[in-house]
Amino acid sequence: MTTNTQKIRVLVAKPGLDGHDRGAKVVARALRDAGLEVIYTGIRQTPDMIAESALQEDVDVIGLSILSGAHMALLPAVVDKLRQVGIDDVLIVAGGIIPEQDIVALKEAGVHAVFTPGTPMQSIIDFIKDNVPLNKA
Amino acid sequence: MSIQTLTDQLLSGHRRSLARLITYVENDHPDAAEALERLYPHTGQAHLIGITGAPGTGKSSLVNQLAQAYRRREQRVAVLAVDPTSPFSGGAILGDRIRMTELTGDPGVFIRSMASRGSLGGLARAVGDALKVLDAAGFDKILLETVGAGQSEVEIAKTAQTVIVVEAPGLGDDVQAIKAGILEIADIFVVNKADRPEAKRTAAALKMMLELGHAPAHHLLRHSLLASLDQTSPYEAAGPAWTIPVLPTVAINGQGLDEVVAAIEQHRQHLLDSGELALRDRARLIDELETTLQSELMRQVIARLPADVLAEMVARLDDRSLTPQAAAQKILAAVGLAG
Ligand SMILES: Nc1nc2c(ncn2[C@@H]2O[C@H](COP(=O)(O)OP(=O)(O)OP(=O)(O)O)[C@@H](O)[C@H]2O)c(=O)[nH]1
Ligand SMILES: [Mg+2]
Repeated sequence: MTTNTQKIRVLVAKPGLDGHDRGAKVVARALRDAGLEVIYTGIRQTPDMIAESALQEDVDVIGLSILSGAHMALLPAVVDKLRQVGIDDVLIVAGGIIPEQDIVALKEAGVHAVFTPGTPMQSIIDFIKDNVPLNKA
Repeated sequence: MSIQTLTDQLLSGHRRSLARLITYVENDHPDAAEALERLYPHTGQAHLIGITGAPGTGKSSLVNQLAQAYRRREQRVAVLAVDPTSPFSGGAILGDRIRMTELTGDPGVFIRSMASRGSLGGLARAVGDALKVLDAAGFDKILLETVGAGQSEVEIAKTAQTVIVVEAPGLGDDVQAIKAGILEIADIFVVNKADRPEAKRTAAALKMMLELGHAPAHHLLRHSLLASLDQTSPYEAAGPAWTIPVLPTVAINGQGLDEVVAAIEQHRQHLLDSGELALRDRARLIDELETTLQSELMRQVIARLPADVLAEMVARLDDRSLTPQAAAQKILAAVGLAG
């Protein structure tokens, strides 16, 4: 059941060390324009920080933007940290330059969807709206 | 999970339960009222500090510094940061955490972002309830950040026990601030970005305004209709008035923060000594009673209003045969509330 005031809350974070977040900001704005509440945490987020922010903000979705090529190390680490703080019911999506074979492994590690550059914004929004677990009301 | 389990867990320090209960009150979940009833006896301990000001003046950076200062004093800190919802899409970007990255791993800190969503009444209720949930969770200081852009945010900021209004040179247009009523609610003025040369002028302008007596302090307390009807309980403090300080800060490096922390403590002491703390709480609670009554009455009217009556009223408003005031009377009569 959803209450009429319920909104989809998304944490947008950029794990890793590379310092620019233009892509993440574009996504954040598009999600806002689609009616979602975006908690934007910015660059250089560690898996610990992402898990802790997700917990405090009680988000429904976590969107991870990653360009650095360290996705195979960072994304499963984020999933692990989320499990450690007791979060196992959020939708986890990632975006970035990620090769096909890695996507399979990431999905096995608990990332629900991976969007590579060129994916239309609308399909990201649709995926989130269709799969978000609104289990809080 | 039962609501009692959630509230018990919150009271024993479980952060995920705290986060979920804030979601419940924010969404007006059917169990929220019961949660608040369970938590209410545990509230009233925290010092509630409002931080408001025009967009980009440095509120979040200041909150970040304040929280760290309180952590050094071994106090537990909660932050509630409210940002506007886009009126076009209903979505929002809540970006205040960007300035508070250092606080994220600290178990003595809890940060929550909130979008303003629908009506002012709805926001006031959601913020008030979220503050109660944080208060019950045992935080010593609760920092409430709101953008002081309009009347609604000013209304929200006013509910804090100590209100800090943040100004910065070259940003907020002073006339706008006066119009929004934001200057009148300050207990402490912070002129942030004091590393900029024009900051001196901003501080001087504020001081001059204060000397001209532009900031009444006490009469604001009795602003609800119910409070003005209640002739038996005092709402105005009798003690000496508080002198509003104007303090320069550089929130990006912490300069001037010790003075702000000291002023906040002095203000709290003033509220205690003058008895104004209890008066502010009383004013806030009776305000909340009033808005709850308003929305509850509206809900009952809607629940009892036959659809054809509403349609008829709309038709008669359209053809100008009935004023909205007369239509309201007819609706009250239709639901059995005509006085
Ligand atoms: N030069 C200077 N810049 C500052 C200072 N404090 C904050 N800033 C910068 O001002 C910008 C806005 O700071 P925030 O702390 O996000 O301001 P805010 O009032 O919370 O902004 P909103 O929540 O968007 O209204 C950032 O780029 C900060 O780095 C300061 O003391 N000096
Ligand atoms: Mg801010």
